[in-house]
Amino acid sequence: MEHIRTPKVENVRLVDRVSPKKAALGTLYLTATHVIFVENSPDTRKETWILHSQISTIEKQATTATGCPLLIRCKNFQIIQLIIPQERDCHDVYISLIRLARPVKYEELYCFSFNPMLDKEEREQGWVLIDLSEEYKRMGLPNHYWQLSDVNRDYRVCDSYPTELYVPKSATAHIIVGSSKFRSRRRFPVLSYYCKDNHASICRSSQPLSGFSARCLEDEQMLQAIRKANPGSDFVYVVDTRPKLNAMANRAAGKGYENEDNYSNIKFQFIGIENIHVMRNSLQKMLEVCELKSPSMSDFLWGLENSGWLRHIKAIMDAGIFIAKAVSEEGASVLVHCSDGWDRTAQVCSVASLLLDPHYRTLKGFMVLIEKDWISFGHKFNHRYGNLDGDPKEISPVIDQFIECVWQLMEQFPCAFEFNERFLIHIQHHIYSCQFGNFLCNSQKERRELKIQERTYSLWAHLWKNRADYLNPLFRADHSQTQGTFHLPTAPCNFMYKFWSGMYNRFEKGMQPRQSVTDYLMAVKEETQQLEEELEALEERLEKIQKVQLNCTKVKSKQSEPSKHSGFSTSDNSIANTPQDYSGNMKSFPSRSPSQGDEDSALILTQDNLKSSDPDLSANSDQESGVEDLSCRSPSGGEHAPSEDSGKDRDSDEAVFLTA
Amino acid sequence: MEEMCFQWWVFLFCLSFLFAPQALSTLDSITLMYPFFYRPMFEVIEDGWHSFLPEQEFELYSSATSEWRLSYVNKEFAVCPSYPPIVTVPKSIDDEALRKVATFRHGGRFPVLSYYHKKNGMVIMRSGQPLTGTNGRRCKEDEKLINATLRAGKRGYIIDTRSLNVAQQARAKGGGFEQEAHYPQWRRIHKSIERYHILQESLIKLVEACNDQTHNMDRWLSKLEASNWLTHIKEILTAACLAAQCIDREGASILIHGTEGTDSTLQVTSLAQIILEPRSRTIRGFEALVEREWLQAGHPFQQRCAQSAYCNTKQKWEAPVFLLFLDCVWQILRQFPCSFEFNENFLIMLFEHAYASQFGTFLGNNESESRCKLKLQQKTMSLWSWVNQPGELSKFTNPLFEANNLVIWPSVAPQSLPLWEGIFLRWNRSSKYLDEAYEEMVNIIEYNKELQAKVNILRRQLAELETEDGMQESP
Repeated sequence: MEHIRTPKVENVRLVDRVSPKKAALGTLYLTATHVIFVENSPDTRKETWILHSQISTIEKQATTATGCPLLIRCKNFQIIQLIIPQERDCHDVYISLIRLARPVKYEELYCFSFNPMLDKEEREQGWVLIDLSEEYKRMGLPNHYWQLSDVNRDYRVCDSYPTELYVPKSATAHIIVGSSKFRSRRRFPVLSYYCKDNHASICRSSQPLSGFSARCLEDEQMLQAIRKANPGSDFVYVVDTRPKLNAMANRAAGKGYENEDNYSNIKFQFIGIENIHVMRNSLQKMLEVCELKSPSMSDFLWGLENSGWLRHIKAIMDAGIFIAKAVSEEGASVLVHCSDGWDRTAQVCSVASLLLDPHYRTLKGFMVLIEKDWISFGHKFNHRYGNLDGDPKEISPVIDQFIECVWQLMEQFPCAFEFNERFLIHIQHHIYSCQFGNFLCNSQKERRELKIQERTYSLWAHLWKNRADYLNPLFRADHSQTQGTFHLPTAPCNFMYKFWSGMYNRFEKGMQPRQSVTDYLMAVKEETQQLEEELEALEERLEKIQKVQLNCTKVKSKQSEPSKHSGFSTSDNSIANTPQDYSGNMKSFPSRSPSQGDEDSALILTQDNLKSSDPDLSANSDQESGVEDLSCRSPSGGEHAPSEDSGKDRDSDEAVFLTA
Repeated sequence: MEEMCFQWWVFLFCLSFLFAPQALSTLDSITLMYPFFYRPMFEVIEDGWHSFLPEQEFELYSSATSEWRLSYVNKEFAVCPSYPPIVTVPKSIDDEALRKVATFRHGGRFPVLSYYHKKNGMVIMRSGQPLTGTNGRRCKEDEKLINATLRAGKRGYIIDTRSLNVAQQARAKGGGFEQEAHYPQWRRIHKSIERYHILQESLIKLVEACNDQTHNMDRWLSKLEASNWLTHIKEILTAACLAAQCIDREGASILIHGTEGTDSTLQVTSLAQIILEPRSRTIRGFEALVEREWLQAGHPFQQRCAQSAYCNTKQKWEAPVFLLFLDCVWQILRQFPCSFEFNENFLIMLFEHAYASQFGTFLGNNESESRCKLKLQQKTMSLWSWVNQPGELSKFTNPLFEANNLVIWPSVAPQSLPLWEGIFLRWNRSSKYLDEAYEEMVNIIEYNKELQAKVNILRRQLAELETEDGMQESP
């Protein structure tokens, strides 16, 4: 609180990004956790909430006649432009936000003050929703070849690894410790994914400290043990996800990569994924393109190419595809590493797992995948996503790239994922929001020391509770696309990778498709479910009445007792006899239309907004679009056409055409 | 049988489209082409040649306005060879004046009604460029005709689909544009849309980029950019949005023309209608739109759609003008997936038939050719006769469609305009998973409808039984 120089500024204008001439007049509030803009307009009182932890950069621009402009760029790709009448106020807001957006202690983060009104028990249940020991059990572990090792108890061997690790049975503590001494930050090879069907596995580690000629017997034995744990193959792939040049440069620093001559039966492979600095700059360049005001098609495509972003996405996908193929087609185990084994390695292992195992394409499975390959194995969330004030050179969109890879796959396999695009977007949002404790700190050790589970809430429980919002209507557990390994073409084509405007331009609502097929289909499915229930109830009632009537007729005419089936056959006859009535009746059918249902959910979402636990709702226009989008998606209500929808976007587009 | 026919057609299609032996794909004599030998294997329920008559179309808005009339001045195609025999013109302008205006407009294409916006009575007209030449010729009848479409005190916009520079250069060749001094109630806007030979180059480059087998992400994007295809999409859509905006938001009538008034003009007038008019987003309405704004309006299909992207020799008149229009429609469909009665397959089907077809619909360059010289109506089958059979229609129907009576404003930001993969990458990537997704979508909606029907029947049955019950009990 002591950092807030001015808690409230009036007559601030929020500039519309699409048509800069338009601006909403309102009041700006600074709280301990949020920047809040409330419009003056009495009929809307629209609110825009921005979490301090989402703020990426704040830019004070040259004062103009209308006031002092302040540009806030957020980590979830929202851009807010405010015009504050007084220079002094603007400066106060600027200085306050600079400090608020850069907390120095974990305790300052939102998750320590966020209270979703759950009791202790509910909070604890939330934390056990995703259980990694369950996940290893699901993979079929421990078994004849793999065992749970307690070598890292109390983080004695490696402080960025979890305590529970699976290693080959033949790898003794001596081998493990020896190997760990020969690996960067002692991140020795451990199991990431095990394929029950053919015993092939994906293991992960950091680079070996091989320098130009060093070798380590235990490390060689460790790889040997991994190979032996897969009786179906007589070699192990070692995949170095770095460009060869980078790996060679590391040798001068006493690090490097495995020498094929020293390790028996390995096949060594480089896959050139660039380092975190290249990725950070690439995203920066792409965001500059997204930010352009009315760019030409050439500006956009040229800028997109120049950023190299999609090339990097493709490199990560290619690595994942290589590993998935090695495991599923060759039945070979793979050891993956990069330098420290917590960025590219995490990306590649999780993409490969997603390709191999349909479980990870379900809602819960995807949470498990992030929990396993990212959270437990010590991906440095705090450093990469700048939760606490730190070295800006450590920041890089590593998990963003993984999330985009998943989206690219969803585009190619629309029925294969249980979750939808919104799920990915909300996870991305919360990685930066620090509203839940899951992504805090850099390792399991740090999280335990901070007692995260006792002091904060779990995102997974929140997402699971609202899972209805995240379902992909096209997903069907029994569909062929959901079964087994993805069969991607051997040479994936470049044009498969597309710009993800739903993520990077997600706050420019006018750029997104105005009607969402996903929401429409979900509404239809919801109605279908209600119809199924009603059908059952009607059939029951009908049966009852018919029984009563049949009893009557039996008494009267003393006919033999008809079976239930004859009851149904009469209903069949009536179908055949009255085709015209049938369509007429359709119209009058007063089912609870999904549009009603959606309005309800919109209301619920609005309440959520107050708690600000829903990322979309921290955006200015979302609260409305929630209602407006849904109004056009009622499959039965023709009158519920998207009036709001078109009406709203009209003006914004007007500007686009005129300036274009 | 129909299946066999279809395969035969596909075979011919491949021949002309992919391998393109010069002799086969550019038959000098149209009457040797497949449609003249094609015998339909289906029963014609409704003859497509008579599905969209100008008189019927006129009736649709004649109830709302009496300011317009049908003119038969071009009955013999003498006034304008590329116009149909019947056109809609302001009521106050007689045929004699029309003849005079025709001499002042490129190709005799005097301003005619393209679209009437019922909501506010504003109109879209289209024409050829005025033949002002270097000495600024004017034509009183032309000025009178155009002004006749304005209501008292109203102003209108002339949208020239060329840049000011190009329009000025056109004066040297006898063409030109409307001088504001002579048309004081009109404001001229220039919206540059490329001429057809540039569009053709663009298509060739794009198809080349799509067929590039090197798997290099950067090269793909730079080739896509260099083709300029999406730039053209953006330009055309922007012009159409501007036209629609003038009509619906500014409440002003517009006249649209480029040079000939047979290419970019039609792209803009037809797309503006997709935006403004809910009817044109239905299957029937879209067919009517294609018939009215492309076929009857004299888009030279024979010249433009001879060989598509794979021609070895430079075809002077070849250009993907119609394909660009379809691409733009797809872009709007993508942004409003529930507002169109037809689906992507419908647009792809129209693309294919425009280039190679067993039907006569897209043969010839205009009505005078197709009707008088080729006698297509007597000698060939109409595409609409085939498409509008219930069995065929079901393939082209969008399961998500829900009538939307509003104006739909698409986004023209580059981020909102992706490549139309269904056309350009259909041979380069498997669509298996996308097709499955479409099927699943249809299943979800069909099952819902089925249940609704069942529930309705049971409800009624129950109601009947309950009243019967009452009757039985009452005696």
